[in-house]
Amino acid sequence: MGSNMAECHPVGFQWVMEARLKGATVIHVDPRFTRTSANASFHVPIRAGSDIAFLGGIIHYICERDAIFRDYVVAYTNAATILQDDFKDTEDLDGLFSGWDPEKHSYDPGSWQYKDVEMHPSAGQREAPGPSAGADRFGGHGGLLAHGDPPHRDPTLQHPRCVYQILKRHYQRYTPELVEETCGVPRALFLKVAQALVDNSGPDRTSSFVYSVGWTQHTVGVQYIRTASIIQLLLGNIGRPGGGILALRGHASIQGSTDIPTLYDILPGYIPMPHAHEHPSLDEFVGRDAARTGGWGRMKPYLVSLLKAWWGEHARPDNDFAFSYLPRISGDHSAYQSALDMLDGKVKGYFLFGENPAVGSANSRLHRMALAGLDWLVVRDLVEIESAAFWYASPEIESGELSTTDIKTEVFLLPAAAHTEKDGSFTNTQRLLQWHHAAIEPRGDARSDLWFTYHLGRIIREKLKGSAEPRDRPVLELTWDYPLKGEHGEPSAEAVLKEVNGVDAQGKPVSGFLELKDDGSTACGCWIYSGSFRDGVNQTARRKPGREQTWVAPEWGWAWPANRRLLYNRASADPQGRPWSERKRYVFWDEEKRRWTGEDVPDFTPDKAPDYDPPEGATGDAALRGTSPFVMQADGQGWLVTPAGLKDGPLPTHYEPHESPVGNPLYGQQSNPTRQLYRRALNSYNENGAAERYPFVMTTYRLTEHHTAGGMSRFLPVLCELQPEMFCEVSPELARLRGLTNGGWATISSARAAIEARVLVTERVKPLTVRGRAIHQVGLPYHWGYRGISRGDAANDLFPLALDPNVHIQEVKAATCDIRPGRRRR
Amino acid sequence: MAVVSGPPPYPDTRVAQPRPGQAVGFFTDSSICIGCKACEVACKEWNHVPTDGFNFLGSSYDNTGELGANTWRHVTFAERPAAPGGGDGQMRWLMNSDVCKHCASAACLEVCPTGALMRTEFATVVVQEDVCNGCGYCVPACPFGVIDRREEDGRAFKCTLCYDRLKGGMQPACAQACPTQSIQFGPIEELRTRARRRLEQLRQEGRKEARLYGVDGSDNEVGGLHAFFLLMDEPGVYRLPTRPATTTRDLPAMWKAAAAAAGALAAGVLLAFAGKGR
Amino acid sequence: MSSSEGPFLKAPLWKPEIGAYLFSGGLAGASAVLAFVARSRGNHRLARRALLTAAAGAAVSPPLLISDLGRPERFHHMLRVFKVTSPMSVGTWLLSGFGAAIGVAAASEVLGVLRPVGLAAEGAAALLGPGLATYTAVLLTDTAVPAWHQAHRELPFVFAGSAAASAGAAAAILTPAEAARPARRLAVLGAAGELAAAAAMKRRLGALAQPYEREPVRRLDRMAQSLSITGAAILGLLGRRRPAAALGGALVLAGSICQRFAIFRAGFDSARPR
Repeated sequence: MGSNMAECHPVGFQWVMEARLKGATVIHVDPRFTRTSANASFHVPIRAGSDIAFLGGIIHYICERDAIFRDYVVAYTNAATILQDDFKDTEDLDGLFSGWDPEKHSYDPGSWQYKDVEMHPSAGQREAPGPSAGADRFGGHGGLLAHGDPPHRDPTLQHPRCVYQILKRHYQRYTPELVEETCGVPRALFLKVAQALVDNSGPDRTSSFVYSVGWTQHTVGVQYIRTASIIQLLLGNIGRPGGGILALRGHASIQGSTDIPTLYDILPGYIPMPHAHEHPSLDEFVGRDAARTGGWGRMKPYLVSLLKAWWGEHARPDNDFAFSYLPRISGDHSAYQSALDMLDGKVKGYFLFGENPAVGSANSRLHRMALAGLDWLVVRDLVEIESAAFWYASPEIESGELSTTDIKTEVFLLPAAAHTEKDGSFTNTQRLLQWHHAAIEPRGDARSDLWFTYHLGRIIREKLKGSAEPRDRPVLELTWDYPLKGEHGEPSAEAVLKEVNGVDAQGKPVSGFLELKDDGSTACGCWIYSGSFRDGVNQTARRKPGREQTWVAPEWGWAWPANRRLLYNRASADPQGRPWSERKRYVFWDEEKRRWTGEDVPDFTPDKAPDYDPPEGATGDAALRGTSPFVMQADGQGWLVTPAGLKDGPLPTHYEPHESPVGNPLYGQQSNPTRQLYRRALNSYNENGAAERYPFVMTTYRLTEHHTAGGMSRFLPVLCELQPEMFCEVSPELARLRGLTNGGWATISSARAAIEARVLVTERVKPLTVRGRAIHQVGLPYHWGYRGISRGDAANDLFPLALDPNVHIQEVKAATCDIRPGRRRR
Repeated sequence: MAVVSGPPPYPDTRVAQPRPGQAVGFFTDSSICIGCKACEVACKEWNHVPTDGFNFLGSSYDNTGELGANTWRHVTFAERPAAPGGGDGQMRWLMNSDVCKHCASAACLEVCPTGALMRTEFATVVVQEDVCNGCGYCVPACPFGVIDRREEDGRAFKCTLCYDRLKGGMQPACAQACPTQSIQFGPIEELRTRARRRLEQLRQEGRKEARLYGVDGSDNEVGGLHAFFLLMDEPGVYRLPTRPATTTRDLPAMWKAAAAAAGALAAGVLLAFAGKGR
Repeated sequence: MSSSEGPFLKAPLWKPEIGAYLFSGGLAGASAVLAFVARSRGNHRLARRALLTAAAGAAVSPPLLISDLGRPERFHHMLRVFKVTSPMSVGTWLLSGFGAAIGVAAASEVLGVLRPVGLAAEGAAALLGPGLATYTAVLLTDTAVPAWHQAHRELPFVFAGSAAASAGAAAAILTPAEAARPARRLAVLGAAGELAAAAAMKRRLGALAQPYEREPVRRLDRMAQSLSITGAAILGLLGRRRPAAALGGALVLAGSICQRFAIFRAGFDSARPR
């Protein structure tokens, strides 16, 4: 669901095809019948933006039939935990949870907590919407529990305020009938999916979900994935082979760029970025943000080692290990907020490394206008992409809205080396690091990003040399020393990996994050990658063929953390430590050796027995029971209800997309109340189910033949000829309704813009019946822009900035539009 | 990550090393083609095949149209109604990567007047670019519409089954690039066995619409193809002729007819002089 | 969305030059036979004109063929091999042999030298002539093009008739009427044979003969018929008068050209899916 894997991840899809050859059932739930649907066991057409209703329907189905994997649910999830008495559900408050502050447009999550738990999650104090920082966005690090066990539990799951009963009530109205009316999915087809999932889960079997940006790019994107998590926990499909929720990333190393982040609000290894006003000292920061129990109890050694890696000898106990050198955040500095700040003249300079917002970001027109507000812009890319050419070639220049002579932005276009021209690693969705070696030298002036970043830093440091300004200390005292090679002085990528892996006081590579210390004797650039250079060997470069090792293939590349291929794999054994079944045997307790063992590296303290009962006052991992597999959570359990960490509620609820042609069938509250909106002229909205002007649903996607915003594909003839023009996909019914002809032109308009595209009329797009009304959907690949061999209007011009409150991701998978025959007016 | 026992239906075909003297070819299993066109791209990059033009055809996801001088692998896309009695009544989107069939009895090769088209030690059919003079005879001779003349170049081109790679002990670029093993390369006999086994498997799954195309001489008269297919619908759906023309099989009859006609011509002239007068 | 009927063929690439060659080769081949038989009957006036016509036909043919090549400078690659399986290879050698023979014969005739050699060459050309006139049918039928391939039994006869008609007609135009009677008879016989064989061919083709019912082939085909019939009738009835002979001959020649192009174009038409 939310993924067109065959088209967008064809190489990975080979494993799905292999599974199908071996008899697996593959179900594709998607607004369109795609190449994935064509190769699935069956396809379920769904109205874009209604997935929580569909998944909530499955939860309802599971609970109704008592089809949960009870032993797993009771032992490994928080189903039995009892919540506070003052918690109110959306069912009680017409679409809002308790704690809603209509003035601030945000929740106080106090009432979502476990009963009688002193939980003052860091989350609670910084839960302001929009421009406030959300350092806790990666799950709040499990909240703060005095003890690994919540105080009140009811293992019979009968208590009316236990998580399971709250969950059950929350989804009570998500019946097959509601699914049909909301999603346009016929009841029988929905039941077929739900039953297939239930049938294929349990001790002997597991099912998995695969999603991509079809789930994330919504104003309730995080909650989409949460809904799947609930299903998978109820069915016992997490931490077990063949289970899980698999996020397919949009690029070769997007996983890597969140692990070692390009995001403004986290540090390497998901350590939150300190806030300007709330984190004056290291201890205060760790005290507030690290959990007392669970894996995050070790945040301090990770952070101190990171500071040692960055500032070396200048990071000393007496200066808080240079904690004050870390940049601070003071608000929302995400990409979209930054673009708006450019429009307002608040951002002067900008670097674009392999990013093309003039085509690839929602409301790309706004981004082109924003770039024109910069003083300077550095673009590093393979070709002159739209974001580098906006000042002389763009629809706005063509229309006269912008003129080259008036744009003051100085643009530096620097040619970048391709991955074949440099050493480095990719981290894939399985957290697998795979090394690639340079095959050829980059041509001409093209250089690697590593080269650029290193030498930029070197030159800045040279310019600052001798400065007495305190503000220059963090730059001058950085450890900025890597072996250089070749005539261009290419820094050694392996040396960087070694720094990321971490070293001990003698400079010897550490073998894993458990060796990291908080006394400054170790340095580590990213604790979760610790072990990737174990024994001084680049573990990520291992390429032992699968047929020469076990089926888990632990010697191909290296997976974080600790080369674990499957996270939370303690859950693959029952509470007593035995495999749930012979067929799904994976990691289990060896009573003789008194250790966890199995096919994979156990994601558990190796000698913590299944019957381990934490002593009073234990902290960190020692505070978790021998039956708590979810070791990064404060209570060690899988969270059906999330008491902390999310801004839009403890349970996923169906909200309509920000722009939707229909009203919310469940609640008076139409859309996610906490979604981030930006009301300004360049970003107008079509709100509240207004269907007159823009009656159709539009959704964006990718094609196999092109890559994201086109920088890597629209300039290559072999790819352009395969999909030479921007097109839209419509059903024969919509084509008839609007007089569109296959192969002809259409103009698609939204509250923001109008674009033109060739028309592909296809049975693969079907109108869906939602509460008796036919809902038509228009499919828009978003690859095109106005540069390259294959050119066309950018679909993203049509979409608004309306963001998920947790991760600031734009809603481009569902919005409203109109479509008419003919080319757009010029 | 499913835990299963038993061998996968297809062995790892990525290591097949052809030996000179061994007949090799392709088995393309359309039932597992995902239409990614990696074969088209890999082919073009390896063989330096120029583009075929940038034309939006409005024909499903096919924008290269057909095989030709500049398209040696071509993925067909057919949007079809549900298979009779199968597939839950859902529509189907059928994809298949078409290619030169390297016919056992190859009309293009037989009619070539210069000997530019030749059969290699791998029993494949290849145009020698230094010999071809672009007479174009092979073009209408091919019963599958594969070979064509590159207009800007003047010579005829088609799939070489990566002759250069075979000589270097590698498999063809398209097979190497195919992510799903839909394109399988190997010794013909082994591929035939594999194709029949796969058909058997699909039949057992109740997929009656599955069929083999060109595996041996039984379903056509071209005498067996060295690139054959497993199809999930009528061949025509995949732009494959149901009964490919037997271009050169009738050549003896043609020569006989021509000889008879020549005789008739001579007789006609004699007849014109018959009777009185000169 | 995609047609599943086919045929899935590439249309031939041959330019109209090849259509013209079908005519010029046929004219040359049949004229050589006509010249040889006329010579043997002592009709030297007719023999001389038919011989020169054959030489002219043979002279224009190679340029027509070479200009159609994708790589004309490589025309000699045709002579690398001799392949019976390739009608084009057979035809190349036929045309080369015929061209050499008819060239020698014509030179000898015009210059009046080496007459024994010239006469022998004339004989050789006459021997190759019928083949030259009919192999082109095999050239077309030995393809996958339905309207050609399925006509392989009759097409050589169409071409033989067409060649005879054109040779007779050309000679009838060029030769004084009193010496041209066999030429006129040959034109009438040839036209009759051509039309009969073409009718038989279309019967055999059945549904595949549809291209002949579609433009532009339909018009060419109808013109071929009416021109040939009218021309043959004029030649047969009024051919003893020179102007009538010229008119009738021209009509038969035009009919023959139309016939060739009708068949040539019909192949292109039938190779494309409908």
